[in-house]
Amino acid sequence: MTTDDHVYLTLAEGDHEAEARWAYGTGFADPLLGVDTTVPPDVDGADLSLYCQLLGDDALILAQRLIEWCTKAPELEEEVALANLGLDLLGQARLLLSRAGQADGTGRTEDDFAYWRAEHEFRNVRLVELDNGDFAFSIARLLLFATARRALYQRLAAASPDPVLAAVAARGVKELAYHQEYAAAWTVRLGDGTAYSAARMQAGLDAVWPLLDELFTAHEAELRLGLDPAELREPVLAELAAVLAEAELTVPTAGPLARIGGKAGREGVHTEALGPLLAELQSVAREHPGATW
Amino acid sequence: MSDHTWPLYEVFVRPRRGLNHVHVGSLHAPDDRMALLAARDLYTRRNEGVSLWVVRSAAITASTPDERDPFFEPSGDKVYRHPTFYDIPEDVPHI
Repeated sequence: MTTDDHVYLTLAEGDHEAEARWAYGTGFADPLLGVDTTVPPDVDGADLSLYCQLLGDDALILAQRLIEWCTKAPELEEEVALANLGLDLLGQARLLLSRAGQADGTGRTEDDFAYWRAEHEFRNVRLVELDNGDFAFSIARLLLFATARRALYQRLAAASPDPVLAAVAARGVKELAYHQEYAAAWTVRLGDGTAYSAARMQAGLDAVWPLLDELFTAHEAELRLGLDPAELREPVLAELAAVLAEAELTVPTAGPLARIGGKAGREGVHTEALGPLLAELQSVAREHPGATW
Repeated sequence: MSDHTWPLYEVFVRPRRGLNHVHVGSLHAPDDRMALLAARDLYTRRNEGVSLWVVRSAAITASTPDERDPFFEPSGDKVYRHPTFYDIPEDVPHI
C-alpha cells in the first residue's frame, strides 16, 4: 500500500525511534549533548556569566520584538517567518541564560534571568530593544543584528574559552545564516524595488545604523575573556556594504548613538523602549510566580 | 490587508531521502527565491523535510472535473493493468 501520497502520513511509517520526526518528539538534537559543562579552570566564572548574559539578552529581547509581528505583519507568510526567527533567538537565549546561571555558580535559571531582573540589569544592546517601526525598520535591524551575530558566533564556535558557549554558537551560526539571508533578501527587494519602497528601506536603515556601533563596543568582561567585538567591525561592515550595494541603497554615514555618561545597553542603560517590552514579557510570570503548565 | 498581487506558488516537500517530493500546500510570494524561503518557514519548521520545491501555480496544467469521465473512468474495470499478481518482497519499501 502506498501511503506517501501525503507528506505527513509518511511520518507515521517506519521505526519511529530511529527516525528524526517531530510527530513523535524524536530527533531533536541537544546542542549540549556530550559537552562538558564544567567551567574551564582558566576562565573567570563571573565574567563568563556576564558574557552569556550580554549575548542571551540580545537574543531574548530581539526574539520578543520579532514575535510582536504576530497578527501585524504585512503578509501571512512573513508573519510566520518573523515569528520563526524569533523562536530561533529564544532558543539561543534559553541556552545562554542557563549557562550564565551555571557559570557564576548562583544556579539562577533562564526564567530567573528573563522574568525576575529589573530593566537596568538587562545587558542587551539598544539596537534590539527599539520598537519595531515599519517592516523596513525591522528588516534593517534584523540585517544588522544577524550579520554581526553570525560573525560573532562563527568566531566563538571556532575559538571560545568555554566549550558550552562554543556548542551554542555552532548551532546558532546555522540559524543566523538563515536570518541574514532572509533580511538581506528583503533589503534587496525593497531597496531595488520601487522608488517608494527604496525610500522606506533607506529610512529604516538610516534609523538603525547609529545603533550598530554598540555591537562592536567591548564590555570589560568581554576584554577579560579575550573576546573583543571590535575585531568584527571591518568584516561585518564589508558584508553589509555588499548587501546594500546590491540593494542600490546608500551606506548611512551617521555616527554612533551617544552613550549616557559613557554607558549604554551593555552597562544596563537603555532607551525608553525597553521598559514597556519587559512589562509585557514579565507580566505573566510575575502575576503567577512559580506557575507551571 | 493589502491587495494581493503576489503570485501563488505550490510547495512540494521531500520528507526523506528515497521518497518523492509530495505536494503539501501553497503560499504567496513575490518571487521564486522568496517562495522557497517562505516554504521553508511554513512547511518544514518541524523537521518535515530534507528538500523543497516551489513552482508557480500558473505553471501547472491541470485536468478539470468535466474531464473526469474520459480521463479516469476507463481505468476502473481493467484489473489486468494492476500489478497485483506479483509478490512484493517485504524488505522493499515505498511501493
